[in-house]
Amino acid sequence: MMRRLPFILPLVLFAGLAIYFVFGLQRASEVGTEFVPSALIGKPFPEMNLAPLQPNKPGLKTADLKGQISVVNVFASWCVPCRAEHPMITRLAEKEGLNVIGLNYKDKPEDARNWLDELGDPYMAIGIDRDGRGGIDLGVYGVPETYVVDQEGIIRFRHVGPIQLRHLEDDILPLVEELSQ
Amino acid sequence: MVAELGHFALILALFVATLQSVIPLWGAQTGRDWARDLAAPTAVAQFLCVAFSFGALTYVYLISDFSVQNVAENSHSLKPLLYKISGVWGNHEGSLLLWVSILALFGFLVSVFGRDLPPGLKSRTLSVQAMISVGFLLFMLFTSNPFLRLFPVPLEGNDLNPLLQDPGLAIHPPFLYLGYVGCSISFSFAVAALIEGKVDAAWARWVRPWTLLAWTFLTAGIALGSWWAYYELGWGGFWYWDPVENASFMPWLSATALLHSAIVVEKRDTLKSWTILLAIVTFSLSLIGTFLVRSGVLNSVHAFANDPERGVFILLLLVVAIGGSFALYAWRAPDMKGGGMFRPISREGALVLNNLLLSAAAATVFLGTLYPLFLEVAGGDKVSVGPPYFNATFVPLMIPLLIALGIGPFLSWKRGDLFGVIQRMRFVFLITVVVSILAGVAVWGRDAYALVGLAVATWLALATIAEMMKRAGWPKAGLTGTWRRLWKLPRAAWGMSIAHLGVALIVAGATGASMLTLEVVNSTRQGDVIEIADYEITFEGVREVQGPNYAAVQGVYTARKDDKTIWQLFPEKRRYFATGRETTEAAIESNLWSDLYVVISGDGTNGAYVTRVYHKPLVPWLWLGCALLIVGGFMSLSDRRLRVGAPKRSQAKGNMMSPSPTQAAE
Repeated sequence: MMRRLPFILPLVLFAGLAIYFVFGLQRASEVGTEFVPSALIGKPFPEMNLAPLQPNKPGLKTADLKGQISVVNVFASWCVPCRAEHPMITRLAEKEGLNVIGLNYKDKPEDARNWLDELGDPYMAIGIDRDGRGGIDLGVYGVPETYVVDQEGIIRFRHVGPIQLRHLEDDILPLVEELSQ
Repeated sequence: MVAELGHFALILALFVATLQSVIPLWGAQTGRDWARDLAAPTAVAQFLCVAFSFGALTYVYLISDFSVQNVAENSHSLKPLLYKISGVWGNHEGSLLLWVSILALFGFLVSVFGRDLPPGLKSRTLSVQAMISVGFLLFMLFTSNPFLRLFPVPLEGNDLNPLLQDPGLAIHPPFLYLGYVGCSISFSFAVAALIEGKVDAAWARWVRPWTLLAWTFLTAGIALGSWWAYYELGWGGFWYWDPVENASFMPWLSATALLHSAIVVEKRDTLKSWTILLAIVTFSLSLIGTFLVRSGVLNSVHAFANDPERGVFILLLLVVAIGGSFALYAWRAPDMKGGGMFRPISREGALVLNNLLLSAAAATVFLGTLYPLFLEVAGGDKVSVGPPYFNATFVPLMIPLLIALGIGPFLSWKRGDLFGVIQRMRFVFLITVVVSILAGVAVWGRDAYALVGLAVATWLALATIAEMMKRAGWPKAGLTGTWRRLWKLPRAAWGMSIAHLGVALIVAGATGASMLTLEVVNSTRQGDVIEIADYEITFEGVREVQGPNYAAVQGVYTARKDDKTIWQLFPEKRRYFATGRETTEAAIESNLWSDLYVVISGDGTNGAYVTRVYHKPLVPWLWLGCALLIVGGFMSLSDRRLRVGAPKRSQAKGNMMSPSPTQAAE
């Protein structure tokens, strides 16, 4: 039996993988369950002061978040889903007029600038988080992630993964509406 | 009418494939020769049916028959001919039909070119191949029929995404599919061997050319995709670690391992169960890749429209095909007796190291690709780990692999003399050090990792050339003798050396592209000059250009070096009428050493445009290296030993000077 063990291993590993795929498919067919509560919801945005990416815009400074509702978006030029959500981020900034702030995660600043040159730069301020320390403080899983921070600098909402229209309409905009009253 | 005939041919193919998967196998197992020998004719019939069906779909695309839903959704009557044809596989249903066609094509090729195959192995292999066909035909007919009619019939079609209307991308999928669907044949050979319970040198000699053929196409497919990304996406990257790219890269890594381990089975009759496992894993990775790309389980920009319903079906296919073959493996493989023993330091040992590192690399890519999925199941959403992860894990595995790749071909079978080899390679080592120092001076202060990349590439290239020289009798045979013998070496030996040189060039090119690129971004007005590397680039202004389905602003740039005008560059910013979508077309000029890459953007307010100029050293080598891999693959395939099937050990090999390493690790 022991001799046979290594030969059974591939089957066992694949069985495990198949189970994951089943769950993955279930997820893919469900809608609206993609909301991940963060340990930080209801807590102040962690203290950070990240250097600016663009010469004409400020960086990400926690103190600057107070006084208005902000959307903090974690993005990187190497991240494919970020490309997909970019029009939504642009809409949040340009059409909804929100204070959208970028956290450029583990990226080369010149790559990020090119990326923004190509797609457009909707952010009011962008902080460089080259070594990912800011990401650790926020508890970033992967890129992209988006946070809504209220006037007091408290995190009210977190979304992991690209923002799609339904997240915008069902979650973010109603929340902003509620917060601004 | 043609659409219905195509649909009917597909149903017929399903029936034929069902027969092909059952009867020959039963015949082979029970010793009924008439049933066993049905394998070849049914394989031919299945291919004819599927090919007819593919032809029918192509025809309705060519005549723009918009009563067929698939055509209406993906084509347009004004589309150029090339894109009407490529539209056939530019969508889910059509690409599946291409998948099935290639699957049947490989069955057909085995039945035609495999005349000398042992009949038992041949019929079992074709039966297994037909089982895969049955699965995919069922999938097509039940969930993704490309021949569905549409009523009312629209007057015009929806057109294909403009980004996809590109010659490079039009021919990329067929190559890619020839590659990863081609891996099915090694899989079928492996499963047939498990059923038969016999793996010997003859088996390996049969599997290798088919794997090599699939591998060569896969290489070409991946290279074309990468090249497209380089010139089309407008920021000069060539590899993005996107799930779709990874889906083709994982089988490539594992097929590369398989190519090398099959050599060990062939020459030394050992590593059998591992080779079988690799053959199964390689095709499994192709299947998993297909599943990931089409089920919506992972997010990607170039994934097809996702549909979880289809995902369930493909998952079922995965479980049956992969689970079934692994179960068979667990049951039968332990009884396979290994042949020759070998020491850790030997050609076999080096190939085992190659296999370990390549498998670890494939596993790394696999984890990085699936991490988002694991995360999602744990409650997250689609995210990307991206290049930071892959650079930190994949690259460190490649460095020892590339260093060992230089040494491996020098080692003899069974028991190698590492010390002797190192002594023989001292000149290679010395020259590598000298070249690295020169390179270090040239790239001083830029990037320390770049130096590692260049050193490894130099080492590999020199070691490969030295090994070739030694094999031709250098230094004993003298210069002319070596030269003469060099041309008489078996093509497989040439194939190996060319492919390994290709790897060295790719490493150098990738290093140049990712670490040594210079870049200048400026807002430019007419007459402004940008200086980069040794070039002076003058912005001469813009002009309006009309394309067939877009309008473009074209920038005119002149590149000068040493006060001589050497190039004119015309990058474009296009706007497609139908979708209003903007794309950038980079202008690229290259010499042997570097690329000059110019992109124009911005809206020309006050006559100012944003100009981005990249100087990318060594990038032409990247594409040259890919070409060498492909040439090496075909060269090795044309070796006499493989062409004549499974002959006795060829005579030519006995006469060589150095006895052991002449039996090449092709």
